[in-house]
Amino acid sequence: MQDAFLRAAERWPRDGTPANPGAWIVSTARNRAIDRIRREQTLVRKTELLARAETLPVDEEAVIPDERLELIFACCHPALAPEAQVALTLSLVGGLETAEIARAFLVPETTLAQRLVRAKRKIRDAGIPLRVPAEHLLPERVRLVLATIYLVFNAGYGPPVRRELCGEAIRLAAVLATLMPDEAEAHGLHALLLLQDARRDARVSPAGELVLLADQDRSVWDTGEIEQGRRALDRALPLRSPGPYQVQATIASLHYEDPVDWEEIAVLYGRLSGLTPSPVVELNRAVAVAMASGPEPGLAIVDGLTGLERYHLWHSTRGELLQRLGRNGEAAAAYSRALELAPSETERTFLEGRLAASVS
Amino acid sequence: MQYLLLINDDEKVWGDMPEDERNAVYGEYTRYTGELQSRGILVGANQLQPSGTATVVHVEDGKTITTDGPYAETKEVLGGYYLIDVDTLDEALEWAAKIPSARYGHIEVRPIVMREAEVAS
Repeated sequence: MQDAFLRAAERWPRDGTPANPGAWIVSTARNRAIDRIRREQTLVRKTELLARAETLPVDEEAVIPDERLELIFACCHPALAPEAQVALTLSLVGGLETAEIARAFLVPETTLAQRLVRAKRKIRDAGIPLRVPAEHLLPERVRLVLATIYLVFNAGYGPPVRRELCGEAIRLAAVLATLMPDEAEAHGLHALLLLQDARRDARVSPAGELVLLADQDRSVWDTGEIEQGRRALDRALPLRSPGPYQVQATIASLHYEDPVDWEEIAVLYGRLSGLTPSPVVELNRAVAVAMASGPEPGLAIVDGLTGLERYHLWHSTRGELLQRLGRNGEAAAAYSRALELAPSETERTFLEGRLAASVS
Repeated sequence: MQYLLLINDDEKVWGDMPEDERNAVYGEYTRYTGELQSRGILVGANQLQPSGTATVVHVEDGKTITTDGPYAETKEVLGGYYLIDVDTLDEALEWAAKIPSARYGHIEVRPIVMREAEVAS
C-alpha cells in the first residue's frame, strides 16, 4: 500500500492536490493491493465488525464505516510526531487547506507545510501501513485516533463554523465506536461531539456573532442530537472505563439542564484536570467556579494560570470576570489583548462588543 | 520492505552485567535470531566488537585522516544490527521491541532504500 503514497507524492506536485486526497489515496491503494488485503487475517475480524455496523439503529443509519478509517490510522501512526499526526489527518482526511490547519495550530503556514511534507515522506518511505492495526496494537492507536478526531471537530467548531468538518468528526467517531464497541472512550468521544454539535445553531447569531451559553436560544438546540449524545454516553458508562472524553461529555450533557448545576460541572472539570492536566481545562474550571461561587474565586484560578499568555480566551475570561467585579479599566485592557489575539472575525466582533460594554 | 534494526546500548551496562545474566541474554538473542530465520524474514545480522576497537576515517583535500575511536561521544553506541524483510513498519517495530537489548538501550528502526530493480525482483 505504500505504493499509493508514493504515487500520490509523485503526482501531486505535477497535477495539484486532488479534491479529496484522502479518498484518492485509499482508492488507489485498494485497487492495487486488493488481492493482498484478501489474504490478511485481520480482514476476517474487520468484515465481522463491518457486518455488525450494518445492524445499527435507524437514527444512526447515516453512519457507514468507510475506508477513511484505514487512512486515519496511518495518519495517526505513533512513528509520526503528534503534531504531524493531526496536521496530516486534517489535510488528508478532513481536506483542510494548509493555511486553515496552520491557524488551528497557531503555527506559521510554512512550518505547517514542511511538517506535512515530512510526514507524507515518512509514511511513504518508512512503510507506515495503511490499514487498521492488529488487535494487540489497537488500544494505543485508538487513543491517538480519538485525540485527532477531537481536534478535527474543534477545527470545524470554529468560529468560523465548518459544518462539514464537525460532521466528518462525528461520523469518524461513530464509526470508531461501532467498530470498537468495547472502547468506552470511543463512545465518550462520540457523545461529546454530538452534545457539542447540538448547540451549533445557538452559539453563533445570524450575524455571525458568538453567543454565550447563558444567552443562547434554547429553542434552536438540536434536541435530537442531544438525545443521541446522551445515548452514546449511556453506552460508554456501563463499560466502567472512565476517561477524559466521557467526563467532558458528561459536562456537556449537564449544560443542557435547567438550571445548570455549575457546582457539579466545577467538580467534573477538577476530575478532568486530574486525567489530563492542562491550563485550558483549568480555565474552564475557573469559569464553572465563577458561575457557582462568584467571579472572585474564578479570577483567582485564572490569574494563577501560566502558559496561556497568547490564548485569547484566557484574556477574554479575565476581562469578563474583572468586569463583573466592577474593575472596568482592567477588563478593557484584558479585552483589548484578547482582541489582538483572536483568530477569527466572529470572535473579534464578539470581543469588540464586550470591550465597548466595559468602557461605557 | 527491508528495515535495519540498529542496536544502540551502553557498553558499560553490558560489561558490568553478571556472567549468568549475560549468558541468559545471549540465549535470548539465539532464540530471537532463530525465530527470524524460521519465519524467513532475516536478511542479515551481526554483533560488533566494542566501540573501543573502532577507527574513524575522513578524507580532506584528498588526504586521509585516520583517528581512533567512535565518531560520536555518546553513552549509547552501535553494538550490532539485524536486517529484516517485513511488510510494514508496524511489523518492523514489533520485531525491534523483541530484541533483548531493547530493555537496556534503544533500537533505531531505519527503512532501507530499495532501488527499482530490487523492488521489481
